[in-house]
Amino acid sequence: MILGASSVTGEISLNPHEVRAFGVTSRGPLLWTQAELVELVHETPRVASLLFNVPDWPGHLPGQHVDIRLTAEDGYQAERSYSIASPPEERSVALTVERLDDGEVSPYLVGELRVGDKLELRGPIGGHFVWRAGDDRPLLLVAGGSGVVPLMAMLRHRAAASHKTSARLLFSSRTFADIIYREELDRLAAASDGLTIFHTLTRDTPQGWTGFTRRIDAAMIQQVAWPKEQTPAVFVCGPTPFVEAAADLLVGVGYDPLWVKTERFGATGASGG
Amino acid sequence: MGFISRGFRGKRRDTADSGRLPPGQYLVNDYPVLSAGPTPRPNLDTWTFSIEGEIDTPKKWTWQEFLALPAETVTKDIHCVTKWSKFDTTWKGVSFDTLFEGVETAAEYTTQFSDGDYTTNLPLEDLVDGKAWIVYEYNGEPLHPEHGGPARMLVPHLYFWKSAKWIRGVRLDKEQQPGFWETNGYNNYGDPWREQRYWGD
Ligand SMILES: Cc1cc2nc3c(=O)[nH]c(=O)nc-3n(C[C@H](O)[C@H](O)[C@H](O)COP(=O)(O)OP(=O)(O)OC[C@H]3O[C@@H](n4cnc5c(N)ncnc54)[C@H](O)[C@@H]3O)c2cc1C
Repeated sequence: MILGASSVTGEISLNPHEVRAFGVTSRGPLLWTQAELVELVHETPRVASLLFNVPDWPGHLPGQHVDIRLTAEDGYQAERSYSIASPPEERSVALTVERLDDGEVSPYLVGELRVGDKLELRGPIGGHFVWRAGDDRPLLLVAGGSGVVPLMAMLRHRAAASHKTSARLLFSSRTFADIIYREELDRLAAASDGLTIFHTLTRDTPQGWTGFTRRIDAAMIQQVAWPKEQTPAVFVCGPTPFVEAAADLLVGVGYDPLWVKTERFGATGASGG
Repeated sequence: MGFISRGFRGKRRDTADSGRLPPGQYLVNDYPVLSAGPTPRPNLDTWTFSIEGEIDTPKKWTWQEFLALPAETVTKDIHCVTKWSKFDTTWKGVSFDTLFEGVETAAEYTTQFSDGDYTTNLPLEDLVDGKAWIVYEYNGEPLHPEHGGPARMLVPHLYFWKSAKWIRGVRLDKEQQPGFWETNGYNNYGDPWREQRYWGD
């Protein structure tokens, strides 16, 4: 076998067009910075929103995430990724974290961390699973459990935008009490500005519940999804099995796979029914 | 003194094997999934794998021809940029050394291309000398579509997004051309041991 001698290089040079496509201007290394927790909001029994003050935050696009790093006294470290819940219009960076009791990092974030504490964070990260309010295509968001977090950044961004694309959110939660951002979602839908929200509960339903009461399936997608002729922009996020099922169903109703952007929180994100 | 997270101890599930775990990674027993869109399900009757670009005679194999190539079974640790690592994963497939037999090229870079319009770029050097395979079995079973079946790349010394799922071919390039994740904020090379996750790492 004869192959040209190659040189391995970790360097990258990107042309300005690609840098603009990423949405954020300067692309130096993503450095770890110390972010201070300024507010903690309990969303559900297991989920809390954490508002951080991040010095020199460069701004972000809805859908992007950050990495956080925790360091124990003896130097042991753990890193995890968390989606940004706040819209680009806000100065502080909000994360919304579901506590997995036997997890390593989430019980620290939801349980131990207090207002005034700091942690190390870097971002924003990711240029694919992002949405801008200037996108004219009808928007379809499909969330399982904490998968709603990056989609909420999109809805908050949309709410702040002058031009509002038609949007639908299909949100699967286990029980009524597990619906993350429930009141804020109600308010967003009540604005009657072209956003419709569909809930489904997979475990337990309260008296008088009018939403769906099962795991997402073909009939539900048929009912909720924009007709394919409208070539929607679609974002699906949640635990891996949820995302797999939802994305397959969307392709099943004739959506071009390239319209459907997915973010999988991994086998670790346990909720979503 | 570096930064310390007040009250954080950590679970340290991985300490026994910590030398095998690149920085910032944690060990999992299950097999998480990362991909940018829905899972493609290609038709094996029309499936082909090709080598094209900077090559005099492009090469192409059908599914049946591909299965007839000499195969190897390898056991490797894999590291995903989303931070999970999995040890001792066993794969069966064809080494790139076999696929590149007799190939002469001036290219120094390659682009993997896949169903679902996914691409990822790698220096050619990282595909040869027993460093990369096209695999079609995982733990003795046909590779599940979620994990890239019918066939995917396996380049275990780099972050796992460099191991393109649903692989359909490799293009030999003279210049380095950033692929899908590489134009979306992720590192062009992706060495887990140097924690090259993102642009500028
Ligand atoms: C891009 C991205 C964005 C994300 N955004 C969010 C978000 O917005 N909100 C959110 O809540 N999550 C999000 N996640 C998931 C998040 O990164 C973490 O995976 C999650 O918080 C769990 O981390 P943990 O350390 O608490 O649990 P881990 O310690 O990672 O454990 C997860 C589960 O696996 C089990 N487990 C893991 N390893 C072992 C082992 N060796 N032995 C036994 N059991 C084990 C644990 O018991 C637990 O049930 C995101 C993930 C990605 C990739």
